[in-house]
Amino acid sequence: MKVIYKRPQVLTDAYFKYCGGCGHGIVNKLIAEIIEEKNWLEKSIIIWPIGCSVYADQYFKTDSICALHGRAPAVGTGIKRSLPENLVIVYQGDGDLVSEGLSEIMHSAIRGEKFSVVFINNAIYGMTGGQMAPTTLLGQKTTTSPYGRSEEFSGTPVNMAELIANVPGCYYSERVAVNTPQNILATKRAIKKAFEYQMEGQGLTFVEVLSPCPTGWKLKPTKAQEFLTEEMLKIYPLGVFKSPEVAK
Amino acid sequence: MGEKVFMQGNAALAESAIRAGCRFFFGYPITPSSEVPEYYAMRAPEENLVFIQAETEVAAFNMLAGVAATGKRVMTATAGPGFSLGMEAVSYMAAAGLPAVIVNVMRPGPADGDILAAQGDYFQAVKGGGHGDYNTLVLAPYSVQEMADLTVEAFDLAFKYRNPVIILSDAMLAKMRESLELPERITPNEQYDWAITGPKGRAHNVITTCGDGPIQWENFNLALQKKFREIAANEQRWESYQVDDAEIIIVAFGSVARIALGTLKRARAEGMKVGMIRPITLWPFPVKAFEGLDRQEFFVTELNAGQMVEDVKLSVKDKERVRFYGRMGGMTPTPDELYEKLCEYYRK
Amino acid sequence: MNSVKIDFDRCKECGYCIQFCPNQVLANGSEINKKGYYPPAVEKIEKCIACAICARVCPEAAIEVIKDING
Repeated sequence: MKVIYKRPQVLTDAYFKYCGGCGHGIVNKLIAEIIEEKNWLEKSIIIWPIGCSVYADQYFKTDSICALHGRAPAVGTGIKRSLPENLVIVYQGDGDLVSEGLSEIMHSAIRGEKFSVVFINNAIYGMTGGQMAPTTLLGQKTTTSPYGRSEEFSGTPVNMAELIANVPGCYYSERVAVNTPQNILATKRAIKKAFEYQMEGQGLTFVEVLSPCPTGWKLKPTKAQEFLTEEMLKIYPLGVFKSPEVAK
Repeated sequence: MGEKVFMQGNAALAESAIRAGCRFFFGYPITPSSEVPEYYAMRAPEENLVFIQAETEVAAFNMLAGVAATGKRVMTATAGPGFSLGMEAVSYMAAAGLPAVIVNVMRPGPADGDILAAQGDYFQAVKGGGHGDYNTLVLAPYSVQEMADLTVEAFDLAFKYRNPVIILSDAMLAKMRESLELPERITPNEQYDWAITGPKGRAHNVITTCGDGPIQWENFNLALQKKFREIAANEQRWESYQVDDAEIIIVAFGSVARIALGTLKRARAEGMKVGMIRPITLWPFPVKAFEGLDRQEFFVTELNAGQMVEDVKLSVKDKERVRFYGRMGGMTPTPDELYEKLCEYYRK
Repeated sequence: MNSVKIDFDRCKECGYCIQFCPNQVLANGSEINKKGYYPPAVEKIEKCIACAICARVCPEAAIEVIKDING
């Protein structure tokens, strides 16, 4: 008998507190798989944000620190500057990164901080109950854009992977999604590449992951995946926006 | 014996931090504290320091949390506006047990204010300053020598209690030059079992201040309060001057205490039985200094509208015996000005 | 025979494994778990090719897939 897949040992036995079908769970699992396959557990430090993944320190056997809302890149800067040999992972949602902490993430890239960012874009504030995020799509209804987000009042969705790719200190930037098995595998490849570049000592590596939020979008999980496929991918194209290979 | 030098307050503070093994400094320039980051930037290559000028004080304070979480010494220096921006992170570090040292070189507030000496951030520093029930140790130097010595103390206290420590200085102390003896160079311990360094040879460590329900979060707060009670019991520091036979006691901290020494000298020369209590820790406030002083009058003088005076009133038996005189805006009283005010209040 | 083991109480009935299984091995379950969800039932294990797509799409890391290499 051959085990094709089993729960990664880097995860604890704790039950995820994410809603059913949430993309956070998929990405958490992928990060655990990568750390296990690369045997980097002893070096791994994850900085968690304020948001749905705020309790994720309970799910991992890595060292974890939960930062204030938006400040994970600043905490990450301190940790990576103190421990350059460690694998430092800054994990953030769209409220944390694009709204509260946009200054922190951009300046981390401007300085070329050598940590990896896993950025979950689910176009909404999940933990606080479905409010509009800077990544909310035009026309998308949320509790603070009840008539659909309008450009006139609250501007347009932010394409972070492209935005940060323009900063020289950003070494690698890719957008992926976890709406299909193929895209989930591509997400794992992208995150693994980001971690590998970091362990080579490269500058900021950034992976944006489009992720379903069934509860926030008020859709069944499989319907949420359809919304992601049909609506989000139109605004947030998948692909690599900055990479040493692309630059060559 | 450290070497004798003649240095500016800010520079002496920075040099002492480096000698205390603080290799990390994150800050944002703001008068009157900018010489501290400048000093770190200048000394970085030869001392192998990590200096970052952060994009904002909010980021700088959170970078402190990152380094402190790894068990290493780290510091920032700022002034009122930046100190206010850092308050969320100070609340966070007090709860998370992160031993960072924060220097606030006070200037006249509120708002942008001005840039000379002031003490208007007293409440913000000693009452926590951010959200929730917490405290930080607050040390108040009154000389360039103490700018150096209290910096060394600040790091020891921060790691002894796993709590941020604030050094509350002001523009006068920061900018003036005095001779001092620099502290010895030390290599601090950086191995702590609680630190975030990667789970090598141990179970994984977690630092989180996100509550997981009221039962857990109340217990978390009860444990915090126990830490603060322990600090309050053990770390009250002050200096008393001619208090034993004093009928009137001046209470002043920081640069105002230096000025009041002149007042004290003149009062004694004029035959007035005057003493002084100089709090060195503003939190924990040195309540012990006031024990048994039930008959004396108290003359509190500060560079603000009256802040420490409230803590003095809380520390004495009869708060009617406490009088206050302050200056603001960067104006500082002369020793004679304080003497005349003292006489006005207490001339028998 | 290949095997698909689902951690019964970890499942939140999101349906991804049922949707993406190429051979419809899994179907809606009828037993309720501790959290009030109905984990999928492994109905056609004989059609399972141990591709482990179900395990890869599961947001709870609740599925284990074992291939019977000498079957």
